[in-house]
Amino acid sequence: MASTRPPGDDGLSAPHILEYAYKRSLGKVLSRFFTGLRDKRIEGVRTRSGRVLVPPSEYDPETGESTLDDFVEVGPGGVVKSWAWVGAPRKSHPLAHPFAFALIELEGADTALMHVVDSGDESAMKTGMRVVPRWSDETVGRIQDIAAFIPEASA
Amino acid sequence: MRDVAVIAYAQTPNVRTERTRNEVEMLMPIIDEVVQKSGVPRQEIGFTCSGSSDYIAGQCFSFVMAVDAVGAWPPIMESHVEMDGAWALYEAWIKIQCGEVDSALVFSFGRSSMGETAETLTLQTDPYTMAPLGPDAISMAALQARSGLDAGVFSERDMAEVAARSRRDALSNPEAQLAGEFDPEALLKSPYLVSPLRAHDCPPISDGAAAMVIAADDTARNACDKPVWIRGIDHRLETHQLGSRDLARSPSTALAGEKAGVGQGKVDIAELHAPFSHQELILKQALGLDDDVRINPSGGALAANPIMSAGLARIGEASRQIAGGAAQRAVAHATSGPCLQQNLVCVLEG
Repeated sequence: MASTRPPGDDGLSAPHILEYAYKRSLGKVLSRFFTGLRDKRIEGVRTRSGRVLVPPSEYDPETGESTLDDFVEVGPGGVVKSWAWVGAPRKSHPLAHPFAFALIELEGADTALMHVVDSGDESAMKTGMRVVPRWSDETVGRIQDIAAFIPEASA
Repeated sequence: MRDVAVIAYAQTPNVRTERTRNEVEMLMPIIDEVVQKSGVPRQEIGFTCSGSSDYIAGQCFSFVMAVDAVGAWPPIMESHVEMDGAWALYEAWIKIQCGEVDSALVFSFGRSSMGETAETLTLQTDPYTMAPLGPDAISMAALQARSGLDAGVFSERDMAEVAARSRRDALSNPEAQLAGEFDPEALLKSPYLVSPLRAHDCPPISDGAAAMVIAADDTARNACDKPVWIRGIDHRLETHQLGSRDLARSPSTALAGEKAGVGQGKVDIAELHAPFSHQELILKQALGLDDDVRINPSGGALAANPIMSAGLARIGEASRQIAGGAAQRAVAHATSGPCLQQNLVCVLEG
């Protein structure tokens, strides 16, 4: 169907903001994880094959089997497995200045946690670098309780 | 198994912003076109299935309104997936395999321009451990690109060559959005957007829609001179935790490709849904495609990426290549989720 508008008339537009606020139960595995973060402790869960998943989940994504009721304290330090340098942060990002999103394998874990690294400059980032968490002033039991990871060298 | 074929395909031109037409107005002309081309009378099409996302449309139940473009009287049997239209095709294919219907209309639409797409896509990440950190689509893709670069699976030069080839091929696709001649060397001199990705490694923001009619056995043979047969179709999924995956590879694509029978014959062309340049290189390896396979003659998702429609478009573009005689056997692929989380592979033959 051809537009009935004359050429060059792009029409009017107006902002339309949709929100869908809700609360959900965390379940027993993530409850334990976030309670740990509140207490500045990072915990993973062991799978039946002996791997430690961080963040923990109720099942092993490799096999679909439920994970064991065996929580393992990991980190707090770890190694950057991959990273992406964000030179121009968006409003939705946790830091207002340039930072890196990173996959961080914490000591004792077999999987990597996605979080952010506040290294100041891209030149301070390197795959394989060691990082440690910088905790938020107030920890309440959410992923942002870790404000960011920082290079171990500068901690 | 019943023989099922693509018997007609149409898509809108892809544009940065479709401001004056709503979804129904975008869909009506291509649905009319595809039904007419199919040769199956509209009221004999047994099933209608669409793929779209309210998050992209910015509107609740946008897919219900889109049914207006089909015409729901007399009553039709209709379904919807909150996914790319490639998965709507999969549902329709199953419906035909079950013997419930002999033909189906599949369509999808995406107006990515309605919101801040890279941030809308954050909402498909884990709501507890990931989404609160706001990982946008480009940053997540950049984590994947770095994994592949570090693992030596590809180089930044390889990525630039994919971008240059895609946009050159798009010059001969009037429905593509981003086309032109680019020198990979010059592209590599441009600054990073989210390192290690540069602007050319990322897809354009596109508005577009696609529609397809498929039919089984003699319904296809009687309606169409050149049915394009779906010889295999399969989709597989990986975990939502990026750090639990090997991002440099795509095991779900490899498995779907194996189940769809990609390796059972020579592949002439492949239409791969790779919104980011490095993803084409990962997919090519996962599907075991040789260097002589022509990849994305349409320009692919780097030339037009209407989210929710770009995957169905790969299957449609591949079917056009076969129907037009440029290929005898093609592989088409669609993806969903961050960093190639879920992948559908379809083998098409003339």
